[in-house]
Amino acid sequence: MALLDIKELAVAFRTRRGTVEAVRGVSLEVARGETLAIVGESGSGKSVTSYALMRILDAGGTIRAGEITYGGMDLRRAAERDMADIRGREISMIFQNPRAALNPIRKVGRQIEDVLLRHGRATRQDARAKAIQAMEAVRIRDAASRYHAYPFELSGGMCQRVVIALALACDPKLLIADEPTTGLDVTTQKAVMDLVSELIRERGLSAILITHDLGLAAAYSDRVAVMRDGELVEQGPAAAIFADPQHPYSRKLVAATPREGVGIRELLPPEARTPAPPVQIGGRALLEVRRLTKTFEGEGAPVHAVKDVSFSIRESESVGLVGESGCGKSTTSAMIMRLLDPTAGEILFDGDDLAKTPSRRFARDPRRASLQLVFQDATDSLNPRFTARASIADPLARLGGLDRAARRRRVEELADLVGLPQPLLERFPHQLSGGQKARVGIARAIALEPKLLILDEPTAALDVSIQAVVLNLLADLKARLGMSYLFVSHDLQVVRLLCDRIVVMRGGEIVEQGPAERIMTAPESDYTRSLLDAVPKPPSGGAPTVPPPARAIAR
Amino acid sequence: MADVSLHSGGGAGGSSALRHVVYVLRSNPVTLFAFAMLALLVFAALFGPAVAPYDPYASNAARALQPPSWDHWFGTDNLGRDVFSRVLVATRLDMAISVSAVALSFLVGSVLGAASGYWGGWTDRIASRVLDTIMAFPLFVLAMGIVAAMGNTIENVVYATAIINVPFYARLVRAEVNIRRNAGFALAAKLSGNADWRVLAVHIFPNALPPMMVQVSLNLGWAILNAAGLSFIGLGVRPPTAEWGIMVAEGANFIVSGEWWLALFPGLALMLAVFTFNLLGDGLRDMVDPRLRT
Amino acid sequence: MAGRLKTILSRVAQAAPVVVGVVIVTFVLTRALPGDPAVYFAGAAADEASIAEIRTALGLDKSLPEQFVLYVGDLLRGDLGESISTGQPVVTELARRLPASLELTLTALLLSCGVAIPLGVLAATRPGSWADHLCRVLVTAGVSLPTFFTGLALIYVFYYLLGLAPTPIGRLDFIYLEPPRVTGFFLVDAALAGDWETWWGAARQIVLPAVTLALFTLAPICRITRAAMLQALSADFVRTARAAGLTRPTVIYRYAFHNAMLPVITTLGMVFSFTLGANVLVEKVFAWPGIGSYAVDALVVSDYAAVQGFVLAMALLFVALNLAIDIAYTLIDPRIGFEN
Repeated sequence: MALLDIKELAVAFRTRRGTVEAVRGVSLEVARGETLAIVGESGSGKSVTSYALMRILDAGGTIRAGEITYGGMDLRRAAERDMADIRGREISMIFQNPRAALNPIRKVGRQIEDVLLRHGRATRQDARAKAIQAMEAVRIRDAASRYHAYPFELSGGMCQRVVIALALACDPKLLIADEPTTGLDVTTQKAVMDLVSELIRERGLSAILITHDLGLAAAYSDRVAVMRDGELVEQGPAAAIFADPQHPYSRKLVAATPREGVGIRELLPPEARTPAPPVQIGGRALLEVRRLTKTFEGEGAPVHAVKDVSFSIRESESVGLVGESGCGKSTTSAMIMRLLDPTAGEILFDGDDLAKTPSRRFARDPRRASLQLVFQDATDSLNPRFTARASIADPLARLGGLDRAARRRRVEELADLVGLPQPLLERFPHQLSGGQKARVGIARAIALEPKLLILDEPTAALDVSIQAVVLNLLADLKARLGMSYLFVSHDLQVVRLLCDRIVVMRGGEIVEQGPAERIMTAPESDYTRSLLDAVPKPPSGGAPTVPPPARAIAR
Repeated sequence: MADVSLHSGGGAGGSSALRHVVYVLRSNPVTLFAFAMLALLVFAALFGPAVAPYDPYASNAARALQPPSWDHWFGTDNLGRDVFSRVLVATRLDMAISVSAVALSFLVGSVLGAASGYWGGWTDRIASRVLDTIMAFPLFVLAMGIVAAMGNTIENVVYATAIINVPFYARLVRAEVNIRRNAGFALAAKLSGNADWRVLAVHIFPNALPPMMVQVSLNLGWAILNAAGLSFIGLGVRPPTAEWGIMVAEGANFIVSGEWWLALFPGLALMLAVFTFNLLGDGLRDMVDPRLRT
Repeated sequence: MAGRLKTILSRVAQAAPVVVGVVIVTFVLTRALPGDPAVYFAGAAADEASIAEIRTALGLDKSLPEQFVLYVGDLLRGDLGESISTGQPVVTELARRLPASLELTLTALLLSCGVAIPLGVLAATRPGSWADHLCRVLVTAGVSLPTFFTGLALIYVFYYLLGLAPTPIGRLDFIYLEPPRVTGFFLVDAALAGDWETWWGAARQIVLPAVTLALFTLAPICRITRAAMLQALSADFVRTARAAGLTRPTVIYRYAFHNAMLPVITTLGMVFSFTLGANVLVEKVFAWPGIGSYAVDALVVSDYAAVQGFVLAMALLFVALNLAIDIAYTLIDPRIGFEN
């Protein structure tokens, strides 16, 4: 018999705009020792499902219908007191954004003690020793001194280990991991996931892994359930879902997941795959960055954010700038974009050294129009008080020198170019979806026909299926307008889809650079290799053993 | 907001803003009530002297200290003046003091706060020092000191009230500007060719308006209480001028002998005005917040 | 711990420039006096010569920087000048009256915190309950109450109509003798002396003014407690605590409430500011012999040395209270001192 059995679960939230049915008729099972992954995009109801079974829904949320049985016990109707006994002792949970998941003003060791004492796993006398034991069990080195740390003193990865220690302190039988790697760096992500799966195996736990990342789900689970809009669309063995998705939505999701050996057009559903336009890379360097350096003078020691970085981008070429957070890639792009003044070095653009003009004055510089940026978070990059039309028209009004009617026409032209329906132009950002906002941001960036467009993680805040569309849009625009791209990202698999060459950065320095193909297949530096390895591999990920049905999509 | 409509072209901006105001009023009954009360106050302020049934300054010893009746709705005071007329006429003075004081502190606070939030550095350090010094005083006490020092006039009450309120606006604007200084849309505005002052004035500052409207409504209330408090202890407005605070002060002497109406009605008027201003906050905020447009 | 101590010391150091600012402002206010201070100090019967003499004596013939140095020198010696109405040094008068003001203010704050914080917590943990509704009414209505008016209303109801309260004049009815002065707080001193009859007399006298002040401060404390609690309760770490099966009291008290106290403590600074201001009005209404009513009486007779001394004393008191708040915050929040 299954350890956990969810039947026809329905969850609804009361909101100001009426009732929202977040989960509708979901049935799931988790067997003993099995890991089930629930995969879905934002708003799919995957997290709500797990909160419902723990009965920790936010205010306004109620279980409308269905049965939840755990080890023969009816969780839906269990008394709150019994539920509280089950939480942490039978079923535990770890969360995304681990730093926020811990009480900021209580020592982490004490927080683990709270749980141990609550479930009678420790007495006042031995609580501390047991808390330290629990920390050691999740491979926290020097646990005795970390016991006294506050969350703000620990790294994100370390905080997640504490959260895991807290969850596993009382030996639960079922572990729910809700996007456990979101907000962590790629290499930390891998370390955390490896630890979680090791602990699951070691202790024979059942687990539910909730994630938006199909690759992660496939790599770390036995079975995968795909959810969309509060409904379960498909479930089955991990390998099978990836190799042979049945439901059209799963097919779309699988296709849209960037992975080894897949081209940019293949991310789209087959019917949307138009042939990629050819791009002729010019011979002349459009941008040449020479020995670029940025040092921040703070109150403490100076921070060397970027050290002696040199690379170049040719006309119509795409270069990827890849690294983990804090590697200096954003500082580098901000300097090239002339939002930040370098401490030393040259930024040659069409042979002109841009670094000579201070960033303060660059806003009114005629060359401003040639360098534009697509922002990481489209929501944040659009003025909440401006309509889409006003946002796109702003650069045209300031630098474009067009009259009002011409601006109007140009904005509509741009909307068509980026695939934004014209009626949406009158809307404010909060009235647009994530994908639509991304299109507005792109339209604004290309409004002045820049020669160089910097893409700062332009898809990081988007769901995979929308990411696929936006990436393809960017590829089309580049071919059509002959721009060069500098694609800044932490994700090698996404970068290589769009880029001809890749520059890998770490600690403010360039680790290696070269043709995308070579970096992906034969990296010279260990660091690049570890970045590549950190990306979760689907079970069929090894190139030679792609089963036939997957081939239809993967190649 | 003017700029948004300018950019979006056509006259659509203006009428859609009006529609939004109507929408906000209709969607929240409390806001509607607050604006109705405000309309009443504004009416009393504008036409109070014209509609008052008696001359607020005409004393009549024969009718002194009469309890409320049909002839004198709020009774008469110790000099036989009609309390209702006096309460009505006082509206103009009290509203004028609070509105002008708040307008002054809004302007000064916005400029100070926006400059120090956006440019930081020395501007910020000096402005913060000055504001910290103001905030180091219990505010009512500072107002007392200022009026006592500068002279006991109504203008000085306005200045004192404005000065003690400036730090609230400046700090609020500074914080709101500061968190948006490096927001994507501010950087995007720079990339679009907006000069610094334009980024600040057109892109960043308008986004601080919604929380500022809440502050304005709270402050209008405080300003009235502050002015009334000052005149209650004999600063600013002098008798026989009709003003709510001073009327409460005059009536205070009669409370212990049971003539409650002298203090009650001006006190109630004061409370009602402050209450109305406090209720306005959410509605004003919603009106200047485009994110609530549907 | 060393970091903590360093932070506390730096907080104390940060208060110094504020004190300097306060002294400068009070100096400027002194010099901005309407008319010629020498004429005031000389009195009505003075002739030209005696005014000039007083001007020299007061140092008013010197340049402003010189006058400032003199002013600071006087302050350091504890000399705030003499009150022209009582002929007493202002410092002596303020020191004598300060305990009365402090006793009233602190009683009121204890009262309002004792009611507002639990009410705010209840309102946040039980949305839609009576506590929530009461909290909401208090928050909106409370800030609309002019303190002097509430005081009068309470006097009318409890003294005139019901006869429950004693005559609203002063700290103690004249039938009692003042308790031997130890702290200057009648409630404390009477208790120390074991004189419960006097204690009761003092308590009866302080109830109405304290309630008046407390009603005024209830609203902001209640509002911020409720908001801070709601925010803490929706925080991720509370969800973690719930998911770990911690009991509701533990989650609410140890996890949510401890975190919610931080913004509440910060707000207390603002509340102190309002309370000290409102104190002046309440003292006038209840003829409470504190420094506020002293200042009001001084205002009436244009006794400016007394008013300036009062403003300075209030400001210094407020700076001290804010410092205490800062230090309390530092002790509660481990993150302070590690911002960089």
